[in-house]
Amino acid sequence: MATAANLPPAVAEESALGAEKAAAGTAKRNNREGRTKLSAPLTGVLWLIVAIYALPLLWFVLSSFKPGSELFSYPLSMIPREWTFQGFVDAWERVDFARYFLNTATVALVTTVLTVFFSACTGYALAKYNNKGTRLFFVCILATTMLPTEVILNPTFSVIRDLGLYNSLAGIIVPSVLTATGVFMFRQFFLTVPDDLLHSARIDGASELAIFFRIMLPLSKPILFTLAIFSFQWRWNDYIWPLIVLNDPKWYTLQVALRSIVGAENIDWPVLLGASVISILPLVLVFAVFQKYVLNADVSAGLKD
Amino acid sequence: MANPTLSSTVTPGTPGTGAVRSKSQMKRHNRYVIAPLVLIGVNVVLFLVFFVWPGALGLIYSFTDYRGVGKLNFIGLANFQKLFADSTFYAALSRTFLYTVFSVPLVYISSLGIAALLVSKATRGRTAAKVIIFLPWLISPIVVGVIWKWMFGQDFGFVNFVISTLGGSPVPWSSNGNLALMVVIFASAWGGTAFNMLLFIAALKNIPEALLEAAELDGANAWQRFRHVTLPGIAPTSFMVILLSTIHAMKEFAMIQALTNGGPGTENTLIVQYIYKTGFEQSKVGYASAASMVLMVVLLAIALIQLRFNKKKG
Repeated sequence: MATAANLPPAVAEESALGAEKAAAGTAKRNNREGRTKLSAPLTGVLWLIVAIYALPLLWFVLSSFKPGSELFSYPLSMIPREWTFQGFVDAWERVDFARYFLNTATVALVTTVLTVFFSACTGYALAKYNNKGTRLFFVCILATTMLPTEVILNPTFSVIRDLGLYNSLAGIIVPSVLTATGVFMFRQFFLTVPDDLLHSARIDGASELAIFFRIMLPLSKPILFTLAIFSFQWRWNDYIWPLIVLNDPKWYTLQVALRSIVGAENIDWPVLLGASVISILPLVLVFAVFQKYVLNADVSAGLKD
Repeated sequence: MANPTLSSTVTPGTPGTGAVRSKSQMKRHNRYVIAPLVLIGVNVVLFLVFFVWPGALGLIYSFTDYRGVGKLNFIGLANFQKLFADSTFYAALSRTFLYTVFSVPLVYISSLGIAALLVSKATRGRTAAKVIIFLPWLISPIVVGVIWKWMFGQDFGFVNFVISTLGGSPVPWSSNGNLALMVVIFASAWGGTAFNMLLFIAALKNIPEALLEAAELDGANAWQRFRHVTLPGIAPTSFMVILLSTIHAMKEFAMIQALTNGGPGTENTLIVQYIYKTGFEQSKVGYASAASMVLMVVLLAIALIQLRFNKKKG
């Protein structure tokens, strides 16, 4: 295009794009006509599904703003007739939710930092050092996916007790650091990093660990973020470890506390609704900020083997 | 490097051909062994302490009548004999299979269908739709249970309210065992779609556009294109999703604890809850460990069968 050079860059780019689009348009006209015909019904189906998926959550969140008296009074209405925060306040104060919140945050944050770091180390070693030891450990990690904690509840409890970790937050944190998914995600990533980088660093005289910390770890930033979010979600929402490790209510995490409310003979619904919604909020916040690391991540990377 | 064929992994310390290993080569060799050991060290210890130890302990427990305290008293295969004659164990196991058989296909179809809609260029508002459908991933199994309990409450739930407004009679969602299981299955599909959907979206995007266009030129209709181009193209992902969801369904626990607590009565007690009840609430540790071993064998069998099936197809 002759004129493009004279235009400001943004406009030039736009016009170039336009030309490209027009060219693509003619080439694919047949295709596109077929698609526009289908566009309306397919969009309709998609948004119907969206509505079905959104409804339970929407109904739940809106209900949490209703006063207790309105929750069970027919006819039900989607939008609260009277808005109130009483359920949240009660949950926060009466059920000692602030404490559970702090416990859960501690567990989730500490475990996430440890998981990301040690998964990176292990994943790197499995990807870049090929010897009997690393090959064997790879199979071991694979085996852990076949032996979920749910299958060894009682023996796990015995181990926790014998290690003196019973009834402490450390008892939830330490066993959760090793995750197969995390290790596989990093291994898969480091397999794609060219070995030449490693060789030239070695020729320059860098030590093995320095190569990992100075060159490889910074390279893996995208995976680092993705695993961090995954791990935070796993730990925040974990139920089974806190259930078997914690006995004293003062160490309860949110999930165990919620379960004790919903498992009661007479469920205190206003408190339960408020407490549940509060428990979701931090994850929604994390997701809102870092969503590209989750939605755009090739999550299959770690799970593929 | 002397050996370019081994480019994917570094072969440490390839000894110089013919010559005696020099001191510096030995040193380098050690370096390549010690460095990875340092890197995997912590995870090796965690693996030994939190997988091998309890795994071995579980196997030992299953041959004892251990009740959580005191000495181990070996009773041979008595736990297993009792287990295979225990009707509540069979009930839990068969209910778990029933749950798996329904929930896995439902998760598979919904996540693949939604992924296909989200990749198709014909639909509008794809980004917003993706975010909304992804939201349940953020929600813990316990809260998923609470949400669906709230939706399907027998006397006060939204669903029964809509049904009675439309002139129907309220449905006994929690007092009828099969209906209660149905709600559990819906809830699991709702919670499990998001992550698998992401896997499918990645897989669908990897299918070359050219293949689909070629099929279209050859006169294949949308279904034929899906069946003969798309489906084979995403086979590895399908395999993975089915395997992971099956294992996940077999060990479902938290969500049901909140939603029905295995009710009505003990009708929908699944296997992990059965293990938890016998092992912790009744502290029959030996007996529960025997049930755990059976579950482990079942999980292994499922994985092996699916692996074999996958290989045959490939």
